Amino acid sequence: MTAAALDLVRPTSDVATGSFGGFVALAAGAGQLVVQPRMGMSDPATMRRGLELTKYAAATTVGTITLDSYTRLGDEAAARRAIAAGTSLNGYPIVSHPESTTRTVLAAVLDDSFPVQVRHGSARPEEIIRALTKVGLSATEGGPVSYCLPYGRTPLRESVDCWTRSCELLVELAEPGQTPHLECFGGCMLGQLCPPSLLVAISLLEALFFTRHGLNSVSLSYAQQTEPALDQEAILALRRLAAEFLPAGTQWHVVLYTYMGVFPSSARGARRLLEAAAELAVRTRTERLIVKTAAEAHRIPTIEDNVRALEYAAAAAAATDPLSGLLGTAAPDSEVYHQARDLIRAVLDLGDNLGDSLCEAFRRGYLDVPYCLHPDNAGETRSFIDEGGRLRWAALGRMPIDPAHHTIPPGGAAGLSSGRLLAELTTVARTYDQPSYDH
Amino acid sequence: MATSYSGLTVLVAGGTSDSHTWNLVFLQIMLQEAGYQVVNIGPCVPEQLLVDRCRDVTPDLVVIGSVNGHGYQDGELAILALRAEPDLAALPAVIGGKLGVEGKQDEVLRARLLDAGFDAVFDDGDLDSFLRFVADLRVGSSADEPAGAVSA
Repeated sequence: MTAAALDLVRPTSDVATGSFGGFVALAAGAGQLVVQPRMGMSDPATMRRGLELTKYAAATTVGTITLDSYTRLGDEAAARRAIAAGTSLNGYPIVSHPESTTRTVLAAVLDDSFPVQVRHGSARPEEIIRALTKVGLSATEGGPVSYCLPYGRTPLRESVDCWTRSCELLVELAEPGQTPHLECFGGCMLGQLCPPSLLVAISLLEALFFTRHGLNSVSLSYAQQTEPALDQEAILALRRLAAEFLPAGTQWHVVLYTYMGVFPSSARGARRLLEAAAELAVRTRTERLIVKTAAEAHRIPTIEDNVRALEYAAAAAAATDPLSGLLGTAAPDSEVYHQARDLIRAVLDLGDNLGDSLCEAFRRGYLDVPYCLHPDNAGETRSFIDEGGRLRWAALGRMPIDPAHHTIPPGGAAGLSSGRLLAELTTVARTYDQPSYDH
Repeated sequence: MATSYSGLTVLVAGGTSDSHTWNLVFLQIMLQEAGYQVVNIGPCVPEQLLVDRCRDVTPDLVVIGSVNGHGYQDGELAILALRAEPDLAALPAVIGGKLGVEGKQDEVLRARLLDAGFDAVFDDGDLDSFLRFVADLRVGSSADEPAGAVSA
């Protein structure tokens, strides 16, 4: 890995109010990992308190408004009924609350030092984009593939069309002086058991899709998986591919999601997993980390759970030497890099319109997410965790990965059973819950 | 695909607002291993789609898995939709998972789901009770019907 490939692309624009990418770039320049919660409450006063406590946590933070499932699915009526009935939703219904209410939520917190991002999960996010830009926000996340295939039934073609319009809307409706920012969710894809090369490829392709539809500021995601060394290879591959494929002048950074699968049930295990994520972020020069809390395995986290997690992650990051660990020894030509590049090249070779190419790639099984039940996913790939803890391909289906880039471990791939699936889904939780485990 | 004459077909579905998949994939594989045919229609199943798919598939049991905290609301709407259709009013249907926003099941809301028409409501992780329920259904079904009446 050359130093140049790891260098941040610095923003050329100023840091406008709440400018998300600019803020993260400034923090990275100062050697600070930005930490961010997932947080969304339906009650405006509680949402406001959550943002305030995030802002004043002892960490370099950005704020989050996570939306509820009804808003994500465009069921505004259901969200309104729940608000009227006083039923708790699993997020903040930004489309259903009056604009003035959301402005009040943001009034005391949103400024140059504290950008706020809207997180949702919608394959059809136009109304969400309209609602968030109306209240002065300009940062959100998602993607035509990552917010479609794993989450519901919207056809991929429709999601691609909706995300094309949504990118354009975000650019058009952001207030003058703001630099709208989009984070792709492609580094997650079902949270677990998707091998890193496909996560990296989808993440890169979605970020590229955003830039082709007008965004100049993007972030590329990667979700922590089963093994730190493999995760490090993946993030370094993502950085190298971003430098290769994103248009010159794009402001970009990498965001790491703390493990998105079944979480350790002990508070100690949960903290150790978060700590491992923070260390991974620092060692790979990842600019932003989305945290998980010690309550994750048991319930929707409280504001206080989130603040504790933010402060814990920030402290773990501060205690990590960026030059420690495996960074210097990570091979620039890792298998993850080559597999991801094979997939990216195959998709880009399908044509000039990336949205069309993504649809065609899934139709042909060039991209195929293991265990994903969506009708537009071929469902011919399988993954497994090998004895060393690395997440690998058990079946490539029709994905165009050069056999030279796919090593099969001795003993081959493991067969599938419910017991094995459950064991693999809980591998990380069990490992970090062990009293003696020291990552 | 035909299986043994005593095999039941189970339709697995996620709640209408629930995007989680792993619980559904696990249920599918576990039920297949236990000898049942499974049609997994995936996450975020709207009520009408559930009704339509029940008519297409003619399952012996409907299993709704919900883990996003909207299980009480989503589950009630789903079962009311099924029970409103005369041909589906008696179709065995169960729900399980993390049904509410709070960590443990709410007895009042649980009773409401049963009143609305579910045959059983299972706690998160209570797979033994769930598998016993399905096994009892198989016994009941084989005893009540000639083998040929079981849908393929």
